[in-house]
Amino acid sequence: MPEASRVDSFCLSDFDQSIGNHLENAVELSGNPVNNSLKVSSQTISPGPVHLGTSDRLPISVDRSSFMYLEDRLSLLAQKVQSTNHIIIPSGDTENQEGSAMADASPRTDISTDADTDDKNQRFDGSQSLAAVASDSSDRSKDKTDQKTLRRLAQNREAARKSRLRKKFLQGSRSGYGNSSFVSSGRMQNPAYVQQLESSRLKLTQLEQELQRARQQGIFISSSGDQAHSMSGNGAMQFDVEYARWLEEQNRQINELRAAVNSHASDTELRMIIDGILAHYDDIFRLKGVAAKADVFHLLSGMWKTPAERCFLWLGGFRSSELLKLLVNQLEPLTEQQLVGITNLQQSSQQAEDALSQGMEALQQSLAETLSSGSLGSSGSSGNVANYMGQMAMAMGKLGTLEGFIRQADNLRQQTLQQMHRILTTRQSARALLAIHDYFSRLRALSSLWLARPRD
Amino acid sequence: MDRVKDLASKKAAVIFTKSSCCMCHSITQLFYELGASPAVHELDNDPYGRQMEWALRSLGCNPSVPAVFIGGKFVGSSKDVISLHVDGSLKQLLIDAKAIWF
Repeated sequence: MPEASRVDSFCLSDFDQSIGNHLENAVELSGNPVNNSLKVSSQTISPGPVHLGTSDRLPISVDRSSFMYLEDRLSLLAQKVQSTNHIIIPSGDTENQEGSAMADASPRTDISTDADTDDKNQRFDGSQSLAAVASDSSDRSKDKTDQKTLRRLAQNREAARKSRLRKKFLQGSRSGYGNSSFVSSGRMQNPAYVQQLESSRLKLTQLEQELQRARQQGIFISSSGDQAHSMSGNGAMQFDVEYARWLEEQNRQINELRAAVNSHASDTELRMIIDGILAHYDDIFRLKGVAAKADVFHLLSGMWKTPAERCFLWLGGFRSSELLKLLVNQLEPLTEQQLVGITNLQQSSQQAEDALSQGMEALQQSLAETLSSGSLGSSGSSGNVANYMGQMAMAMGKLGTLEGFIRQADNLRQQTLQQMHRILTTRQSARALLAIHDYFSRLRALSSLWLARPRD
Repeated sequence: MDRVKDLASKKAAVIFTKSSCCMCHSITQLFYELGASPAVHELDNDPYGRQMEWALRSLGCNPSVPAVFIGGKFVGSSKDVISLHVDGSLKQLLIDAKAIWF
């Protein structure tokens, strides 16, 4: 019989946490290669805005209805597991559990409690009304209505689920299940019952994995239903997807370049590949420009990058001057002229970075001043409101200039790359581009390792 | 436009700004860092500010500020200044206009 962990007092956050642990275990067990985005492991199933990590996979479209079905099943299973008061899932002894699950009873037997039956009825009602709505909307644009209805139903289910969980928590603590004597209580002695628990847990894990995969591949989930929120979420999400695609293409190009360099290809051939890579860099700067218009804060936050990369974030991207410092050593031998050129370039980009940073500081200060200038007292309440509105309007204007800063920061990065290419020979440029890619790729790998590190 | 040209010719490096514009602050700081002492004219504190802004736009400066002139000639906005700085041209322009010496 598998050992249940300590079942201390239950609370919702524990439940979420156990799902998080699930994910980590699932990811570790499935032996994902390090380079794959393991950001999956840091996400829980809680509803709310989802942000995508960088993925080295092409997004696959999953249609909305099958996705909602997934979410449904997940909720149902989560409740089943929870309703049997099996709260913290032990990690690391999967072998035992799988073994015992194989042994006897069929995993299909339902574990019914009263609350569970409630759930089933609710779900049935939900899907019934959904079917009813679906057939009603034949006159109008089906997609739109379905989506809105699905979203609303999802919200209802979510709210209902939360209230049920809360109720169970209260029931559980009242009936005294929240102590370690639970382990020796009657239910846990029944092997068939335990197997059912385990198979439910496995199903839950599988569904969680599918859910995470679907989310990672760009399915937009909105459980808040807030229009404004979904708008900016869309801009951010779209950029994340585009960035993931861009990374994949870059990997391909870099591999091509590496093969060409190793096989001592001609300068002409190298130049062709290099031009392609530089043009590809132009692409991402263009995409970032579009994204800056849609959601400047998403770019500034660096959430589209991996954690380790985010550590070095400057105005929504890398610091050219730092990159050049790293490259100088790897590019030898350089002619005297080249060395001067690269040093000057490094200095120029440093100066430009400092100038932009100072501008940002001025912006922050100005914004802080705008928001903190409160006039109390003398003018009437209407005066205060007008004042407030005026301040907000000014602050809004200032926020609008952030886009310009990101744009110029990207401009600086782009110009620096191109100037570097002009100074170096073809072969040196190739080595430089490979070195740059390797550096960032290692940072990303480091992020994955970090996210998958064993935690106690 | 006349006022713009007039002011632009008065010093080797001239930058038109607005007091609320933080990007202008960046570009001005860059010039100071390079050792140039640009003449800075704030459009929002100038009685002819609006016409000047219109004139700058007609020169192709978008956004209208910061607008940089070196040796009386229109150089561009922040994007142009950064690009010129990266490839070393900005420094050369400043040297040629005797705004800096090295």
